[in-house]
Amino acid sequence: MYDGWKIILGIIIFLVVFTIPLWLNIANKADTSIPELVLPTDYKECIAPRDYMRAYHMDILDEWRDKVVRQDIRMFKFKDQVVEMSLTKTCMKCHDSKQNFCDRCHNYFGVKPYCWDCHVAPEEVKKKFATREDLNRLNEDTENNNSVRR
Amino acid sequence: MGLLFSIFTFIILLAIAFIGAYVEGLHYLFGIVLPYIAFAVFIIGIVVRIIKWAQSPVPFRITTTCGQQRSLDFIKQNKIDNPFTGLQTFIRMFFEIILFRSLFRNTKAGIKENKLTYGANKWLWLFSIVFHYSFLIIVLRHFRFFTEPVPSFVPFIQEIDGFFQIGLPIIYLTTIGITVGLLYLLARRIFDNQVRYISLASDYLPLFLILSIAITGILMRHFFKVDLTPVKQLTLSILSFQPILPADVNPIFYIHLFFVCTLLIYFPMSKLVHMPGIFLSPTRNLANNNRAKRHINPWNSDFKMHYHTYEEYEDEFREVMRDVGLPLEKEEKNVD
Repeated sequence: MYDGWKIILGIIIFLVVFTIPLWLNIANKADTSIPELVLPTDYKECIAPRDYMRAYHMDILDEWRDKVVRQDIRMFKFKDQVVEMSLTKTCMKCHDSKQNFCDRCHNYFGVKPYCWDCHVAPEEVKKKFATREDLNRLNEDTENNNSVRR
Repeated sequence: MGLLFSIFTFIILLAIAFIGAYVEGLHYLFGIVLPYIAFAVFIIGIVVRIIKWAQSPVPFRITTTCGQQRSLDFIKQNKIDNPFTGLQTFIRMFFEIILFRSLFRNTKAGIKENKLTYGANKWLWLFSIVFHYSFLIIVLRHFRFFTEPVPSFVPFIQEIDGFFQIGLPIIYLTTIGITVGLLYLLARRIFDNQVRYISLASDYLPLFLILSIAITGILMRHFFKVDLTPVKQLTLSILSFQPILPADVNPIFYIHLFFVCTLLIYFPMSKLVHMPGIFLSPTRNLANNNRAKRHINPWNSDFKMHYHTYEEYEDEFREVMRDVGLPLEKEEKNVD
């Protein structure tokens, strides 16, 4: 072999770069279980079947956003009731915790949906007027979320 | 011919992918066994390839030069295009690899007013750099399926890649980049007569493979949305050596995975080895110091080369030469 040390260095770099997920998983003691979602106890039925919601929930929210914001259509019929197309008022009435529901999978996949650029998760505005403490807590939560994500 | 052959091969691969995806009994083979085999073949294959290359002697520097070589002090040397030291060569290699500089010099011959002319042709460079970087970023984005927790660079890349927030899920720029890049590279081989003439099946097949990986990925993200939880469970469990086969993985994912595995297996034995090969291209990675330094041909020392001198030649054929009356340098009297 010619230029031995350069070739060996190159091979080592190649091996490290291409097997890095394996080492990361060993170092992190990767847990192969899927994220656990905290499901609502008082409500049994969602607006669509579970499998559809798992894969397509973003489509529904996207459609709602367009209808509400751009066409001023705010209600839709679900079975025999009329429901508002609203993330915070309808979805999060049952799935009331962003941290225990939305974030579980989104963090697992490194997804950072821009819902929360405008919306505020209900848990974070329970009191009508936010106190200084609330704001601090809110900031801390956001920081924690960020650090979990990163 | 090459095109038809690789289309035929691709159709067979597609059929295998569908069988693997829709026959439930084969999921273990296609979801767990094949990825391990593919990964091992990829890693070992490339290392073997590199070692094989490294065994070829490099008797002297065969640098292609694109600038003034180091000469007298008052003549300015082009340090990147005609490197003299190791560092300068490193810089040339670095820019070659990240910017494809030699491809940027690509020209196209044509006939203009009855004269042969060479014009700039940057399209190949443009689309190939778009394709390569898109591919790299897409691979890096996939780290969200490879590790848990997701590495911090992934959301960062996603944010930049999805900067325009078009559609939901956001259409990434690299999704468009890889598709457009691959389609250009394919169209160039199919519609450019000169390039089609020199294209072989092994030129088309990698394009088909990567294109089908991209298309299945796009289908899973934007059209037939896939529940990702079992998918990540599968990939993460494979990459942490505790394989689990979740029951509800979408068949499209198996097709995607099959093509990825095929690509990994095919990689070390196809033209795609230019990935490690670019580092070992002798016209790029050697300093142009032929005149300043003596490079001894390695064959001379390695094989203890025996030179057959004229003296020995004459000793061997003396009688025959004398019989036909050829002049001899050394007459030996007692030969008869």
